[in-house]
Order: sequence, then structure tokens, then C-alpha cells
Amino acid sequence: MTTSSHNQSKKNQGSYISYVIGFLLSLALTLGAYFLVSGYINSHNLTHSLLIFAIIGLASIQLCIQLIFFLHLGQEKKPRFNLITFLFMLVVLGIIVVGSLWIMQNLDYNMMPKEMDHYMQEQNKKGF
Amino acid sequence: MKELVKSLPDNRESSTALGFWIYLMTDCILFASLFATYAVLRNNTAGGPSSHELFELPFVLTETLLLLTSSLTCGFALLAGLRGHKKQVILWLVVTFALGASFLAMEITEFSKFINEGAGFDRSGFLSSFFTLVGTHGLHITVGLFWAALLGIQIAIQGINQVTSKRLFLFSLFWHFLDIVWIFIFTIVYLMGVL
Repeated sequence: MTTSSHNQSKKNQGSYISYVIGFLLSLALTLGAYFLVSGYINSHNLTHSLLIFAIIGLASIQLCIQLIFFLHLGQEKKPRFNLITFLFMLVVLGIIVVGSLWIMQNLDYNMMPKEMDHYMQEQNKKGF
Repeated sequence: MKELVKSLPDNRESSTALGFWIYLMTDCILFASLFATYAVLRNNTAGGPSSHELFELPFVLTETLLLLTSSLTCGFALLAGLRGHKKQVILWLVVTFALGASFLAMEITEFSKFINEGAGFDRSGFLSSFFTLVGTHGLHITVGLFWAALLGIQIAIQGINQVTSKRLFLFSLFWHFLDIVWIFIFTIVYLMGVL
């Protein structure tokens, strides 16, 4: 009984520590992204696309850290419904975001003055 | 006290928690569509102010740190609840509420500043999508603040039982989720907005 309650308190102690670790890592990643961007504005020490890649990467790492340390994702018993619904949500999210950007960029390109002129001339030839 | 803690359900495995988790996942899809709208419209300023001119990074960093800290204190409230420490739960909920309310006050200050400068949601496509995305997050925070207040009152009256411990767990899921959404608003809207 004493050992089990001792283990229990140790486990609880551990979870306080895991929240603090998650918090400190998130803090470091937030400040890292912030200083990368403010440093870039002052000195332009990185290429633009590399910087965007870096800050999106830092945000994604922070997402994983908060999912593990704060939301305890993947630590449930089987069947892992929470993890499965999360992964499905990621698929839908990817389709919505990538699909929207892709379609809108295509529209943007095809609606440029030159392409629009070409399109209208083609339509006129058909007798519209 | 120990018996009480033992009688508490393992919230992580309950079907209510799963249902609430699925709600959060659908909420993610709502935010995904708003993020996609923002990404498409972010350069459509219609001659109005652009993100470079409007956003002030130190201000937004302060907001981010307030919300991140409130996520930690919310986790502490949950852990105190698992041990059956009623006073600590209420204390951490009050701290979470105060940090969340400061965040919301800063966001409202920012919004009213933009609107007074003539950069309201009706100025351009960029500002419409900005106000919709950040405003929807702010609305979630407002709901979370009401929830935290009511939960604190309920725990003060009833103590920690099966019902309140379950609600505390669901509230912590909601609050951590809002912080995760904010990471992406901070990165995609504000950091990429000033580049």
C-alpha cells in the first residue's frame, strides 16, 4: 500500500513536470520563431522562402509538443479513437487548405489580363 | 480524500471525452477553412492598409505568451483536480481566467485600434478574412472564459465529484486546443504577415 501510494505520488509529480517541460519547449519555440522574424526584418540574413519554411516548421514542432505534453495524444489504450479521428482531421484539413490554395492560384493565373483577352477572343470566334 | 480520488472515472477513456474530442476535430476543420480563406485573400488589400503596416509583433508576442501561460495553469488545475485538491483547482482556474481575460482584452484593443484607423472588416478582402479568422478564435476564448467561471463556481459549491471532474477535463481539452489554434494564427497571420 505504501509503495503503491508512493508510486502514485511520483507519477503525479511527473505529470506536473511534464506540463512544465511542454510549456518551456513551447515558450522556446515561440520565442525562436519571433526572433527569427524580427532578425530577418532588421538584417535580411536569410532567404525569404527558407524563413517561411523555418517558422512553419517551428509551429509544427510546437503542435506536436502540445499534443503530447498537454493533450496526451497517443497515450490512450487501444483502440486509439482519439488518434484516429485526429489523423482523419489532418487529412481533411490538408485537402481543404491545399485544394483551396491550388484552385485559387489557378483561377488567379487564368484570370490575368493576357489570358482573359485570349479567352474572350476564342469565345468571339465561336460566335458568342 | 483518497477514496474520493479513486472513485473518479478515468476521464481520458470515457465516451463523453471521445465525443468532445470529435467536436474539437470538427472545430479544427472550421478553422482550416478560415485559414484557407485568409491565405487566399491576404494580399487583396484593395488599396487599404496591408498586414505590414497594421501588425505590431511585440504586442502579439505578449498576447501569445499570455495564452500559452494560461494553457499551463489550466493543466495545473486539471492535475490538482485529479488529486482532489479543491482549493488549488479554484486557484488555478482563477489564474487561467485572468490570463485568458487579459488576452481577450488585448485582442479587443487591437481590433478597435484597427477599426479606428479605418482598417475595419469592411475595408478589404484581407481585413474581412483577418477579422473572421482571429475573431472566431476570440469568440471561442470568450466561451471558454464563461465556461471557466461557471466551472469554478460549481466546484466551489459542489466540490470535486464525478460530474465536476469530467467537466474540468473537458474544459482543459478545449483550452489547450485554443492555444494550439493560436500558434498557427501567430505564425501564419502575424509572423508571415510582417515578412
